Amino acid sequence: MLEVTSLKKVYRSGEREVEALRDLTFTVDNGDLVCLVGPSGCGKTTLLRCIAGLLEPTAGTVRLDGHPVSGPPPGLAMVFQEYGRSLFPWMSVRDNVELPLKQKKLPRERRTALVEETLDAVGLAGTEKAYPWQLSGGMQQRVAIARAVAYEPSTLLMDEPFAAVDAQTRADLEDLVRALWQRLRVTVLFITHDIDEAVYLGRRVVMLSSSPTVVQDEITIDLPAERDQLHTRADPRFTELRTHVYEQIQAAKRGRPSTEAAV
Amino acid sequence: MRRAAYVLGLPVVLLAAWFVLSAGSENFYAPPLRQILESFGETWTLDRLGADVVPSLLRLLAGYALAAVLGVAAGVVIGLNRRVRATVEPVLEFFRAIPPPVLVPVIMLFAGIGDGMKVIVIVFGCVWPVLLNTVEGVRAVDGVQLDTARAYGIGGPARLTRVILPAASPQIAAGLRQALSIAIILMVISEMFAASNGLGFTIVQFQRSFAIPEMWSGIILLGLLGFVLSLLFRLVEGRALRWYHGLREAQRRS
Amino acid sequence: MWRSCSHDPGLSVKQRTGLLGLAGPAGLLVLVEALPRLGLVNDAYLPPASRIAAALGDELGTAQFWQAVGDTLLGWAIGLTIAVTAGVVVGIVIGAVPVLREATASTIEFLRPIPSVALIPLAVLLYGTDLGSTLLLVVYAAFWQVLVQVLYGVADVDPIADETARSFRFGPWARVRHVLWPTALPYVFTGVRLAASVALVLAVTAELVIGAPGLGRSIAVAQSSGAVPLMYALIAVTGLLGVAINLAARVFERRSLAWHQSVRGEVPA
Ligand SMILES: Nc1ncnc2c1ncn2[C@@H]1O[C@H](COP(=O)(O)OP(=O)(O)OP(=O)(O)O)[C@@H](O)[C@H]1O
Ligand SMILES: [Mg+2]
Repeated sequence: MLEVTSLKKVYRSGEREVEALRDLTFTVDNGDLVCLVGPSGCGKTTLLRCIAGLLEPTAGTVRLDGHPVSGPPPGLAMVFQEYGRSLFPWMSVRDNVELPLKQKKLPRERRTALVEETLDAVGLAGTEKAYPWQLSGGMQQRVAIARAVAYEPSTLLMDEPFAAVDAQTRADLEDLVRALWQRLRVTVLFITHDIDEAVYLGRRVVMLSSSPTVVQDEITIDLPAERDQLHTRADPRFTELRTHVYEQIQAAKRGRPSTEAAV
Repeated sequence: MRRAAYVLGLPVVLLAAWFVLSAGSENFYAPPLRQILESFGETWTLDRLGADVVPSLLRLLAGYALAAVLGVAAGVVIGLNRRVRATVEPVLEFFRAIPPPVLVPVIMLFAGIGDGMKVIVIVFGCVWPVLLNTVEGVRAVDGVQLDTARAYGIGGPARLTRVILPAASPQIAAGLRQALSIAIILMVISEMFAASNGLGFTIVQFQRSFAIPEMWSGIILLGLLGFVLSLLFRLVEGRALRWYHGLREAQRRS
Repeated sequence: MWRSCSHDPGLSVKQRTGLLGLAGPAGLLVLVEALPRLGLVNDAYLPPASRIAAALGDELGTAQFWQAVGDTLLGWAIGLTIAVTAGVVVGIVIGAVPVLREATASTIEFLRPIPSVALIPLAVLLYGTDLGSTLLLVVYAAFWQVLVQVLYGVADVDPIADETARSFRFGPWARVRHVLWPTALPYVFTGVRLAASVALVLAVTAELVIGAPGLGRSIAVAQSSGAVPLMYALIAVTGLLGVAINLAARVFERRSLAWHQSVRGEVPA
């Protein structure tokens, strides 16, 4: 279980102080898929970096399966928002996916199998020898996802992974993430600023206010587990849920909780 | 075909012009090109190459290789540590700004006039651009790449060899390229000062004894050497940094 | 940078960096003082810093020294001016005409790596120990630095901008003036900065090896007369001169390009 308690982060650079996160508390159960939505600049990336142990919070704690996080915990993988920069341009796609596995000291056969399997799963079989910059943006994104999945994490953090891809690729990648999640039973924390995407993907959606950031609201997405782009998005319940999330976000921008009835 | 014409056209025209214009030259200092070329064949025999060019090249390579290793190693240490960097950077800038040839008299004091002196001179002159470029390259490694390494447990030696050094390698290569031209200069100068063999020594001997066509042939040989070494460097660099040139190309197109 | 860092109260990062930056040179001085005094290095080879400083102090009072500094700077300035002018003019002409660019590429690639010191014997024969020797070497070495940067700059011209200019029926002159030159300008400054330090190196080298008047010759004289502390003092002066030229060129570059939206990164030459 992932527990975030009273998390606060203030950036200091010289004289300037930016309060990116004020007071965040929420939990993610093992095996859950939770989407975090919030307006741009509200501190989503900051939150994810704190959870991943890349950033020291100013106050509050992050616990993963009961252990406080201080430094990147094993069994946690992250797909960065800047996916293009997080792939090493001097390594082939294969080496990019394989390097973390080498660091885990997996035997060669296992590594080869994992690399092949995950690249296949994201639809990139046959690009092993290419360099990342020889691929399109959407393909690079899938390499980053493959690297995270091949790492066999128990918790997967994804930071606006689809922000830079076209609508069609995006739909495919959304389905890919759900499929991988269902198959591998990992805990997924997925950040987006796209409300439709959050509702379509998540089993729960956590909404963040704009800065100074607190948890605005949380809802459970009671759509059927089997989702597909056409029918789920046409479902009236989908529309209701997204309207609710939308209103909460709007209210967050105005700086107060919405008075609309809960769903 | 067209490309070949572009590549060869101007050099051929220039050489022909030199050849024709100098053909009847009475000027003692600018003998006819024909004469220079003839003396080139006569001067740079295999024996001569073995006796003068090979020792020069060996000293060059030894000094350059040592400077490269030292520069990269020290550059990584300094680049990774902010305090060390802030402390030594002004000193390094000072050493880099000293015109390298003035090191020759200093190092002659310590190391005499043997091969050791020449190698040390080359090391001392070449190490600064390598070092400072490595520092700069290591310092400028993309934060997202470092975070990725951290998040995926890539630490220790793998962090250095698989992430930091490759990320800094384009900048390191720029330093190595600057160092190469300095190395050639210092090879020649140290031999002009004090030597009993070597390319610089021989050329100065020709000049002092007014063997003008031979001197010209020496200048041409030195020019060829500079050209070949930089060509070799480019080949190796182009291969080692294939990813970087491809990446740049891809970024430019987008 | 993402990493959070702790702060000493009262001292900003900048101030601390400045203090450490002073500690470095101070440490160097202490080291140069201590090594010979402790007998770790023969003080006939490396005199203590205080003796070098004393020699420098004496030297600063002589007209000879200032004459030498003046000569070096004169050779540097004239050579640099010629090299920059020639480099910019040739670069723009070659760059503006695609045929020329292609036709000269191989020649430039061949001539550029020719070590300038190869010209030393020629300079001696042509000019002896005159300023001309220094100038030949300085101009040759600095010219390529400028030319290559200008060519990079011209290659960086946005084809869309050029086509736009063309579609408005700009003549060749107007295109150079309004499209090519502004794009190339940051590169020109980079070229000038690189050329400025190369020019100093070659000026001192020519003086040292050929014996043209200037700091380089003073170093050679100090060496041959066994005035070791003076030799170190003069070498330190050349280094400080180099640092000063570097800093000045950087400031000049930044000032001149303050208006430019992107002060570009250096293209490794
Ligand atoms: N290293 C930093 N130093 C100072 N302030 C920072 C730093 N990183 C982020 N911030 C500030 O913290 C706030 C939150 O940034 P963050 O990147 O976490 O937002 P985000 O929700 O991920 O935005 P987006 O949706 O655009 O990715 C912003 O105001 C930003 O300016
Ligand atoms: Mg973000």
